[in-house]
Amino acid sequence: MSTATDKPKTALRCTHCGDPCPTNTITLEDKPFCCEGCRMVWQLLDHNGLCQYYDLNAHPGQSLRHPVRKDKFAFLDDEKIAAGLIRFQSENETHVGFYLPAIHCSSCLYLLENLRRLDPAIQSSRIDFGAKEIAIVFDPKRISLRQVAELLTSLGYEPYISLHDLGNPGPGVDRRLIYRLGVAGFCFGNIMLLCFPEYLGLNAADATLQQAFRYLSLLLSLPVFFYCAQPFYSSAWKGLSNKYLNIDAPIVLAILVTFARSAWDVLSGSGSGYFDSMSGIVFFMLAGRVLQDRTYRQLSFDRDYTSYFPVAVTVLQSQSEPVIRSLPDIRCGDTLRIHNGELIPADGILTRGRAFIDYSFVTGESIPVTRSVGELVYAGGRQTGGAIELLVVKEVAQSYLTQLWNRQSTPEAPAPSFVNALSRNFTLIVFLIAAAAATYWQIHNPANTWKAVTAVLIVACPCALLLSSTFTNGNLLRILGRNGLYLRNAGVLEDIARATHIVFDKTGTLTDTNTPVLAYSGAPLTNRQEQAIALLTAQSAHPLSKALAGKFCPPTASLTLHDFWEYPGKGIEGYVDGNHYTIGSAAFVEAQTAEHDLPGSRVFVACNHKVLGSFTISSHYREGLRTMLSRLDPRLHLSVLSGDSAREADRLRNLLGIDIPMLFTQSPLDKCRYISCLQKQGGNIMMIGDGLNDAGALKQSDTGIAVSADSNNFTPASDAILKAESLQKLPAFIRLCRAGRRIIVASFALSIIYNAVGLWFAVHAALSPLLAAILMPASTLSILLITYGSSNFLAKRAMRMPVEQDQPAD
Amino acid sequence: MNVIIILLIASISVAAIFLGAFLWGVKHHQFDDNYAPPQRILFDDTNIIDIHHPENLN
Repeated sequence: MSTATDKPKTALRCTHCGDPCPTNTITLEDKPFCCEGCRMVWQLLDHNGLCQYYDLNAHPGQSLRHPVRKDKFAFLDDEKIAAGLIRFQSENETHVGFYLPAIHCSSCLYLLENLRRLDPAIQSSRIDFGAKEIAIVFDPKRISLRQVAELLTSLGYEPYISLHDLGNPGPGVDRRLIYRLGVAGFCFGNIMLLCFPEYLGLNAADATLQQAFRYLSLLLSLPVFFYCAQPFYSSAWKGLSNKYLNIDAPIVLAILVTFARSAWDVLSGSGSGYFDSMSGIVFFMLAGRVLQDRTYRQLSFDRDYTSYFPVAVTVLQSQSEPVIRSLPDIRCGDTLRIHNGELIPADGILTRGRAFIDYSFVTGESIPVTRSVGELVYAGGRQTGGAIELLVVKEVAQSYLTQLWNRQSTPEAPAPSFVNALSRNFTLIVFLIAAAAATYWQIHNPANTWKAVTAVLIVACPCALLLSSTFTNGNLLRILGRNGLYLRNAGVLEDIARATHIVFDKTGTLTDTNTPVLAYSGAPLTNRQEQAIALLTAQSAHPLSKALAGKFCPPTASLTLHDFWEYPGKGIEGYVDGNHYTIGSAAFVEAQTAEHDLPGSRVFVACNHKVLGSFTISSHYREGLRTMLSRLDPRLHLSVLSGDSAREADRLRNLLGIDIPMLFTQSPLDKCRYISCLQKQGGNIMMIGDGLNDAGALKQSDTGIAVSADSNNFTPASDAILKAESLQKLPAFIRLCRAGRRIIVASFALSIIYNAVGLWFAVHAALSPLLAAILMPASTLSILLITYGSSNFLAKRAMRMPVEQDQPAD
Repeated sequence: MNVIIILLIASISVAAIFLGAFLWGVKHHQFDDNYAPPQRILFDDTNIIDIHHPENLN
């Protein structure tokens, strides 16, 4: 098996980007470069004394082999568009923020924060590494926004500006929970300190001191009660107003009762109250919540089509020069010019040029389609090859693709967590005990009734349950994140545990689109011929050309290319060292072809009009697929949906098993329907897919997991994002999510023992603040130890399963 | 007034100052990015003589 990744290690590596150098002619001061672009960056940095960039990390740069179109950022000259991106503007300075997906190491940080040394008009630049964002302050009189973007691009850090940026600048990070945690920690610590003297036997002689301590505790508990505990109040209220008793409701009841009883104790002078227990509970519950709600800042789970679409597009006018117009202003009847590599933003009719459109992101079909003048072109594809012109027939918001995104599946309430059901039963039992204690004391000693009932409610708060679930979930999220599965929130853990049916997408999920497998058949190729093919195909941006170029890279012989022509949809031709080569479809190369061949899957090569042979291109399946499937719980149903044609059905069956349902040539809508059909049969569906073509299905499914090959990639809206190389860990992930539920129940069962002890004293109206103060931390601590210990242990066991390699399937 | 009360007030005030510092830090994004600041401090500043902005050198 040979893929593009098999590169000899001895090859020359570009000083700037680390890519193999195709020739060794581009050098500067004995340093090899892969292309002119990289050399220019090195020169620029060297000139400005910024070569520490190369010392911090080896080959930190981004390859500049494929130059960005010269006026790509011309739209930034448009004031209306620029105004949408600028954060602050005055006469002397403009503040702007860009998202730079290429930021990845400390060298990036160093270079980008020293931008002002490259251009004095830039006053400062600051990186937010987690968010991969740069905040630039520049002098608008000396440099324009467009020039700033172009400077970044020339360094290899092309800003990603999408339609999404024009809208509102997303909500800021919510830090209120952290503030609350800080305040609760402060109050909890001090109240505990103030309680110690009383527990340790402050005698009645120091009555003033005792009073002072109690009132201070009351004072310190006020912020906890009124400020820190607010998230619980609002959550409980939200549940109650929806006529639903969630876990926060009994907790709020316990907090209210504890506070009222304690305040009454202190004000009436009858005791010191349970302020330390109350603030402790609030503090630990907030800590659990912070742990559970930790978000991944660099990932976005809520992308809609606006994150993919460009901000502006070139509009041709019959009378005057083409203008750049922002996307929302595009109307039916406008003529757009789409350049190579640009996304088609609206449905339209092709009026000029030959469209060669890569729809892999929309349909999952891996081979670009050809459209000729007069044909309808759907939005979402990426044009490869020359520029085309398009007459808009549907506005952006109404195009086929946007409709697909906006298609709302029936909004359903999230399935209630089993924790809530558990807490409801628990609360019911507590109420029964409280009622029993009340009736008992009413008969025997009515003075004790109030004491006993409040004590029962204080001690039997289901905070142990909440703590065990938030801490377990928080820790599981952390473990999964470390292993390459990022969940939107803790609720997804349960969704994964509940799934009964897994639906896989093929292209991009089971297969790796970046490294197609090329099998050659025909007359053996000499080394020079191989090099000639590599040289020719390196000139083209077509995915198949790239695959071929990658196969024979890096070149070892020095060859010269004389002429080169590319015929979109057909192939390429050129002269290498005087020999005429044609590479492309059968018709183009004039080769004989077998009828059963599907178009687009074979590339023919001819030298001096003599056909040499052909390359068959097939998808490369990710490593460890078969092992992964064999490890999955056999009770799980599996199916495979593909937007691709059925040409690889046999191979897929061979790899995955015969009994797995496989559906091919599925439109995005078909996928969506298939999922809802399974759901109607009572299944709980987990959909694993990538790209826009799965967006609808991911949304429709109970758990949508988007697969992403690298973290810079954009993933559709989903419940979770899975790193592509972690796909084989899926069985371990599922097992871990299921184990999480058992951990929560087990630690809750343990905390019930503490509760039982506490309840024993409570119903006897003998729960002293000291006892509560011992029970509370003891149960919290043991819960923390159990949840952390067991989830880490189970995770280690699940993840350590040996990774066996599949037999090569090709 | 008992000296313990004075000490108590003093200790709580000190703790409150730290709480204030923590809240200030959170508010000013000090806990947002835990990668860049430790890297930034390691950058060699020897050649940072800013030819374009000599006034920034103070």
